[in-house]
Order: sequence, then C-alpha cells, then structure tokens
Amino acid sequence: MSAARARAFDAAVLILLLFMPFWMGAIGGYTELASRIVVMGLAAMSLNFLLGFTGTLSFGHAAYFGLGAYGAAMAIKYLDLGTIPAIALGAVVATLAAMVIGALIVRRRGVYFAMVTIAFGQVFYFLAFRWNSVTGGDDGLTGWHRLPIDLGFAQLDIFGNDKAFYYFALAVFAVCAGAMAILIDSPFGRSLIAIRENERRARFLGVPVEFHIWLSFVISCLFVSVAGALYALLNNFTDPRALRFDLSGNLVIMAVLGGMRSFWGPLIGAAIFVALQDYVSSHTENWMSVIGLVFVLVVRFFPRGVLGMLRSGAKA
Amino acid sequence: MTQVVLFNVFNGLIVGAFYALMALGLSLILNLSGVINFAHGGFLALGAYLAFTLIPYVGFWGALIVAPLLTAALGLVVERLLIRPLYGGDPLYGLLLTFGLAYIFEDMTRFIWGAQSLPFQVPAWLTTSLSSQFFFITGYRVFMMVIGAAAVGGLFAVLNYTRLGMRIRAGTRDLDTVSTLGVNVRVLRSLNFGIGIYMAGLAGVLAAGLLGLSPTIGASLIMPSFVAIIVGGLGSLLGTLIGGLMIGVASGLAAVFFPSATEAVMYVMMGLVLLIRPRGLLGEEGRVH
Repeated sequence: MSAARARAFDAAVLILLLFMPFWMGAIGGYTELASRIVVMGLAAMSLNFLLGFTGTLSFGHAAYFGLGAYGAAMAIKYLDLGTIPAIALGAVVATLAAMVIGALIVRRRGVYFAMVTIAFGQVFYFLAFRWNSVTGGDDGLTGWHRLPIDLGFAQLDIFGNDKAFYYFALAVFAVCAGAMAILIDSPFGRSLIAIRENERRARFLGVPVEFHIWLSFVISCLFVSVAGALYALLNNFTDPRALRFDLSGNLVIMAVLGGMRSFWGPLIGAAIFVALQDYVSSHTENWMSVIGLVFVLVVRFFPRGVLGMLRSGAKA
Repeated sequence: MTQVVLFNVFNGLIVGAFYALMALGLSLILNLSGVINFAHGGFLALGAYLAFTLIPYVGFWGALIVAPLLTAALGLVVERLLIRPLYGGDPLYGLLLTFGLAYIFEDMTRFIWGAQSLPFQVPAWLTTSLSSQFFFITGYRVFMMVIGAAAVGGLFAVLNYTRLGMRIRAGTRDLDTVSTLGVNVRVLRSLNFGIGIYMAGLAGVLAAGLLGLSPTIGASLIMPSFVAIIVGGLGSLLGTLIGGLMIGVASGLAAVFFPSATEAVMYVMMGLVLLIRPRGLLGEEGRVH
C-alpha cells in the first residue's frame, strides 16, 4: 500500500470507529456490542504486536487480559479506586507478571514458545478459580460497578450512559493504538520486524534478540491487560473465563482472520469475530461448532486474513 | 496420616498415568510433524463416549478394544483431510486448526450425548476393594495401571523393535534424510498420528471408568499434558512419561498438604524446570531452542 492509500485507510478506520454507536444500530447491532468490538480489537492488536510484528507465537495472552480485568475489578471493589487508577493498577499487575514469565520463556521459539505460553496462561486461571475468598471463584467477582469519571470541569457518566462508556473505551483504545503505532515505527519496532524476518541476521547486526523479544512480550501484555481492564468495566463483572485458554485462542484467530501483517487487521478480525459470536450464540445452541468451523476455514482458506487478501489483490 | 498420604500418592500416580498417556500421543505427533494437537482432548472424550455407546453391544472388553481403534480411524481421516496440508508451514496454523477442532469436538460430544455427565459401567468384579486397610486400591484402579503400563510398554516396544518405530524415531531426528532414503513420509506421519490418537482414545476409555463421562473430560487433561511434555523435555518420550507421572504425584501430594494449590503445583514445577534446566529433564541439548 502506498503511503497516501495507507493514510486514507487510517482515516477511514478512525471515522468508522468514531461513529460506530450510530451506524451499529442501523445494521442490527447495539452500543454495547460496539464497545466490545473496540475492547477485543485492542486486545487482538496488542497480541499482534508480538505475533505479527515480532513473529513470536503467544497462545497464552488471556492470562494478562484476565489479570488486567481482575486487577481493575479488585481495585474498584476493595480499594475504592477511580476508573483510571483502577485500569492502571490492573495494567501494572499484569505487566509485572509478564516481566517475570517473559524472562523464563524468552529463549524458547516457535511451537515450544507457544506451548510454554499456553501452559503458563493456566496458572492464573486456577488462581482465580481457587482463591474464592478474594476472586469470587467460579462465580466471578461481583458486587462492584464502574464509576463515573470526574474530568474536573465535567463528569463523564460511563456507568449510566452506554455511549459515554463507548467513547471512553475508544479514547483508551486510541491512546494504546497510537503508542503501538509509534513503537512499530521506531528503530526498536524496526528491529522487531528484522527479528521476525530473519532472527540470525538480526543477531549478527547486533540486535539484542532475547531482550527485544522480552520487551515486545511485556509491551504486548501491557496493552492486552488494558483491554482486559476495559472488558471488566464493560461487563461490571469478571470471572475466570477472562483468563482461560480459549480466550487466548480467540485472540489469535482474530489477529489471523483480520490479517496479522497489517496494523488494523486484528481490529477488523475482532469486529468480525465478536459480531459473529454475538449473532451465532443467540441463534443456535451449537455456536461452539460454528466458531470452531471459523478457525478451520480461516486456516485452510484465508491464512493471510482479510487485509492480507485485499493487499495481494491490489498488487495483482 | 500415612494412609492419607499413600492414598493421594496412589491417586496422583493414576492421574499422572492419564497425563502421560495423553502427553505421549501429543509428543509423538509434535516430535515428528511439528503440530501441537489441541484437539487431543477431544479425541480422548470421543474414545470415552464411543466406549459408552458400544458397551451394550460388545461389552466392556470389546469396547476397550474397539473404541480406541475407531477413535484412531477418525484421527486418520482428520489428519488426511485437514492437518496434512499444514505440515512444514508456520506452526501457528496447525495450532489454530486443531484449536478449532477442539471446539467442534466438545460441542458435538455435547450435541450427541448430552451435556450432563453419564455413568460408565465397568465389570462389577473390578470395582471391589482389594485391601481392607488400603480401601482406595480398588480392582479398577489396579487394572487401569496395568492397561496403562501395557500401552506404554507396547508403544516403546513398537518404537524400539519394529521397522515402523525405527522410522518414526529416525524421522523425529531428520525427516528429510528419512525421506531421501525412500521412506514414504506421508504414510509415516499418518501412522504416527494414528498411534498418538489411539493412545488418547485408550486413555479416554480408562478415564471414563474412573471419572465418569462429561463433554469436558478431555479439555481438563490437555493442559497438564503440555506441562508434562515441557517438564519431561521436548523430543524425549521417556521424559514425557516421567513428567506426566511426576506432576500427577506432585498434585496428589499438594492435595494433602495445600489443597488449594492442587493444580498450581505443576505450573510451579514447570517454572522451576524452565529456570534451572530449560530443555526439560530428559530433553536433548540443542534439539529445540
């Protein structure tokens, strides 16, 4: 894509996002669905920072998503923190966990990296599941809800007003997406892409490969935990499923479905996946089979995703 | 207290044997074909439910023989149609495809056999306790250990003493050379996949007798199997076996002294192994990064 076309595409995505609560209704959606798309889109884009731009396969990102969710929820329930400090606390907890686990796994590659991330992902699931008194166990953490945000000059009622929450989530999304875009365009981001393309060569050129993969992992987990915190706020609730491995798999398929070699691809994948899941689960009991079929079909027929296909179509 | 500890060690060994049976199949497929088969738990559940359906017609013993074979046959079909085209590509796609299959398996099991758990009849003489002091040593548990040990012994015998096994072992090290020497690698991979799925199906039948049937029976065993492979060392089947038994016993012991850590303890072990001996207990240096 030429630079001009890329700018036009960025602008189109931003305009669509900015008016999503309004056009969502026209195609049979609702504001909460729009919020969910933005939140899962952020999660998938964060995962893709590692998957698509560093070429490292993490299949355990639900752990950090869920840590963000539990961190924010517990901060509001037990510490009476405001919305933004709660999100920050969730992100800090998840990032610390990612720093420790990242250090253990950073030397693994390929399938082995995937397997280790899957296995470590489950630790926090069992923690949330077993530590009843604090996490609410299998029933989830209830008895709290998101609070209006005091902007100083005005109050943003994200609790009572669906649209207000959407725009709050979109603002957080914009900050995170902007930060990731800047990182990818920085020399650090370029070295990540170099690692993806040819690790040995990057190493010969003096790129500290292990350290950069570790940093990419931590950054990716930081942003995915922000998405997790938003997800808890969106639902006014969180339970161990926010940490379970099926969510990790879903995030990966969102990234692949949209196109993991492009910046916006995972957002588009998330939009398709979330809308489909919403539609299918209200129309058939066998929605799991439909979702499973999506995985199989994407792998067999659209391995480069929607944007990957569009791009190769434009070239031909 | 001694009795409680023994009880949990024994239980841990049995659970560990399941992990090991499951993980050995996963390991076989991963080592030769580079595919993490996330649907392995789905095949396990299928083996269990097929046995449940077959028992009225062929009896428990018939089902014990037929159900794993049928599961393996379905595994061959899945391998031929869906997994074969992915060999040699990015491991991401194999993982995603089998992940989707796991969803479909679980949902179809629920659709066909229902969501509620079902009782699974084993012959009455197997359910009696063998010792009045050690009430937990029932005939079925001993029987399970014997069958499990026989299956593992059989697997290692096939790998070590047959031409097929030799080719699988050689292919695990260097598939290109094996192919150059005139071995049909496609058939080799299929057979290897079938053996792996057979182990899952057998584990399913055995597990059903102990735990009863529920659609999530396989999903609950897959994570520990990953841990078993990592602890034991990627590329070593013996390591996988030991890893499975070890984490089983460790969670059995944790259940006595620190019940809420029953599941977490195996992940702690995995963390320690990765920290102290990253290639796993018996993993070979340099085989995997």
